[in-house]
Amino acid sequence: MIRIQKEDFNVQEEMDAFKSDCPKIGAICCFTGLVREFGDRTDLTGMFLEHYPGMTEKALQKIINQAHERWPIEHVRVIHRVGELNLSDQIVFVGVSSAHREASFAACEFIMDYLKVEAPFWKKERTTSGENWVEEKGTDQQRAERWKDQTTLKD
Amino acid sequence: MKVLFFASLRERLNCDQEEWTDTAGITSPQDIINRLIERGAPWNEALQNGKLLVSINQEMAHLNSQLEPTDEVAFFPPVTGG
Repeated sequence: MIRIQKEDFNVQEEMDAFKSDCPKIGAICCFTGLVREFGDRTDLTGMFLEHYPGMTEKALQKIINQAHERWPIEHVRVIHRVGELNLSDQIVFVGVSSAHREASFAACEFIMDYLKVEAPFWKKERTTSGENWVEEKGTDQQRAERWKDQTTLKD
Repeated sequence: MKVLFFASLRERLNCDQEEWTDTAGITSPQDIINRLIERGAPWNEALQNGKLLVSINQEMAHLNSQLEPTDEVAFFPPVTGG
């Protein structure tokens, strides 16, 4: 399940949806990303999230499919907000259910790491002194690449 | 052929998309860039400097990937979502 939306989401409602999905679930791992101040900046007031409609959904589905190939997981829910957001607003939700916790932890982190480098979203910061596009972080690329060397639970 | 631009690149070019009917000689995204650069500023400055990502028909691709005349090609800076 993938949703790209301007509206906020309710983490509890997403958790409840997992529970009604499948009786085989023994674990649900959820990650929620929030708008925060960057590095030394203390003048951030919010941000604008742009995306590439059509490609976004395809890129996320590809990442989710890869997670299903690597781990014995049941369901995945990804919500990413776009448009204007304020400080402390929720930006992204990734939830993964599985029979056991190990697969849900790993797949949740994997999906989030690849989302950061392969899903076409761009952040533009609003500060008290103007606006600027957020530049990529080398650490995000490194986090995604470390999965390439790891064996998975299905191997 | 549809050519799209996103985020900071879209703003620098002041253009979000173009429809190209004359695609003679265009066999890769690099060919598109080469033709755009010939327009001069701001195209040459925005497309020659910095890291540029490309997608073909909404899938990540390379600058030397093969293109068909009916393809949708998008250029954009590295992504920063999440």
